[in-house]
Amino acid sequence: MRAADLTTAAVLAAVGVLVLWDALRLGIGWSTDGPKSGFFPFWLAVVLLACCLGITAQALRRAGGVPFVARQAIGPVLKVLWPATAAVLLMQFVGLYVASTLYMGFYMRWIGRHSWPAVVGMSVGFSVVTFLLFEKWFLVPMPKGPVETWFGY
Amino acid sequence: MGFENLFLGFQVALQPYNLFLAVVGITLGTIIGVLPGLGGANGVAILLPLTFSMPPTSAIILLTSIYWGALFGGAITSILFNIPGEPWSVATTFDGFPMAKRGEGGQALTAAFTSSFVGALFSVILITFFAPILAEIALKFGPPEFFAIQLLTFSSFIGLGGGNPLKSLVSILLGFILASVGLDIVTGALRLTFGLTDLMKGFDFIIAVIGLFGIGEILLTMEEGLSFKGTVAKMNPKVVWETWKILPRYYRTFIRGSFIGFWMGFKPGGATPASFMSYAFAKRFSKHPERFGKGELEGVVAPETAAHAAGGASLLPMITLGIPGSPTAAVMLGGLIIWGLQPGPMLFKEKPEFVWGLIASMYTGNVIGVIMVLLFVPLFASILRIPFAILTPLIIAICAVGAYSVHSSMLDVWYMLIFGVIGYVFKKLDYPLAPLVLALVLGDLAENALRQSLIMSQGSLLIFFNRPISGVISAVAVFFFILPVITPWWRRLRARVYPSPVV
Repeated sequence: MRAADLTTAAVLAAVGVLVLWDALRLGIGWSTDGPKSGFFPFWLAVVLLACCLGITAQALRRAGGVPFVARQAIGPVLKVLWPATAAVLLMQFVGLYVASTLYMGFYMRWIGRHSWPAVVGMSVGFSVVTFLLFEKWFLVPMPKGPVETWFGY
Repeated sequence: MGFENLFLGFQVALQPYNLFLAVVGITLGTIIGVLPGLGGANGVAILLPLTFSMPPTSAIILLTSIYWGALFGGAITSILFNIPGEPWSVATTFDGFPMAKRGEGGQALTAAFTSSFVGALFSVILITFFAPILAEIALKFGPPEFFAIQLLTFSSFIGLGGGNPLKSLVSILLGFILASVGLDIVTGALRLTFGLTDLMKGFDFIIAVIGLFGIGEILLTMEEGLSFKGTVAKMNPKVVWETWKILPRYYRTFIRGSFIGFWMGFKPGGATPASFMSYAFAKRFSKHPERFGKGELEGVVAPETAAHAAGGASLLPMITLGIPGSPTAAVMLGGLIIWGLQPGPMLFKEKPEFVWGLIASMYTGNVIGVIMVLLFVPLFASILRIPFAILTPLIIAICAVGAYSVHSSMLDVWYMLIFGVIGYVFKKLDYPLAPLVLALVLGDLAENALRQSLIMSQGSLLIFFNRPISGVISAVAVFFFILPVITPWWRRLRARVYPSPVV
């Protein structure tokens, strides 16, 4: 837990430095029409850096020991995260409907070991319902790929 | 004075289409409240794009109904499954779950829904009276007053939020920094884009809400291991009737909870402390404090009344000042801007049918809500019996659909995933997420108010203190900001003056 706290504080401090640098580029002072663009971000970054120092000091004073994630708990988390990332990547090429069908089907079969009829019914059903709800009823378009083109959309 | 306005509002809220939307909203909201990872803020955020083509009044009625539904749904999981869907439902589990285990789930649920209804109704009645007055006062506010209110909003997270004040401050600052990414509308300069065109649009807080609260929450639930070993509640008219006959005995708890809830709730982050405070008061004044925690009906009534009174009260600053009291209110505020309305006191003058339709829909929404949840509890509870291998990808896919549909942008779906990981890490390390979202929403408004104030005063910060209204508000804000610093000193000082007796 302590290592994670220190890492997060360091990352946030890096963000602070980045903001500070950009604010100095924009100018933090006063121009003819009031404070310059960098004025507000500059002070945000200064206080952010101070807070990160404080959090680092707090974390260093505390004893480490408790891990950020238990070894057996990280598995399920990653098993959600990487297929989701893959699905978003896939979405760029085949559209949202096909990607989410594949993602749902994959997860249900791989983690839940559901029967094939349930897997296909659920994943295809979700996409069909979403399609009808968004494209047809509320006219909100979703990203589409070759399959939808093949169906004529 | 306000009655003809309220009457006008009811004419809007009671239109068949709007009543239909209220029923849809309550149903969706309750489902959202029951599902892990889909709280009120996130549910409203995901469904927001669907309202773009609706008239604003109908849209806000749909969204507030989702909000009430989510509040009701939280009580179902707390009592039947011992899973508090939201932080303010934690106190409900103390007595609700023991009751359900004893087979009195029906009584506990009836009490919870009724208390929620009473608490929310109390807040709505107060809103009906205070909102026009507050809006009238707010019309006289200038930039310094608005900035002072923003300060107060954020200081209350630090002074009253519990948790680590430094981390709360970091969340606020990060939200403001994310808000400042993109085009500076005052000077036209590009900020924090580092030459990347994709960053020019900045970060949309709706995406942040879906990622932080939706994906982050799912990851957290997966880590803790999903195990919904719930109890079953017998719900029938007889149970409801029997419970209603007992409830008037706790009228003091109802009144106390409502006042605590309203008082804490119109300040941000107030619902959770309000529910605990109301529970603690009920226990202290009870004739049988030893029964609390083992399944006492009053222990369900107290936190639920307060949490819902607070939930209602958090809409008061949103409609009168344009400053949301909770992340859910923040998303609704974002909706107002998208529908082309300017949130703030002018709404009462310019769009009375919108404001009063909204207020009237709070009455109708709660009446419809309490009837629906009482009738369909078993149905809603059965959602949690869906295997998690179906629920998890379903929720993530819904989040992705919601994130994409805001701007029809693929990049937003990536941002959603990144915010999800940030939300997971922040939640684990006790960085509060609500202030981050509020800062992201209010960033531009706060910065403009600050700039205009500084232009008025030619750079002097004293302007926030030497105008009467902003002076008082700023002083309270400063007090909240330094509260975490002075509390330990004060304790030490008191310990020296009044040495505590040896126990």
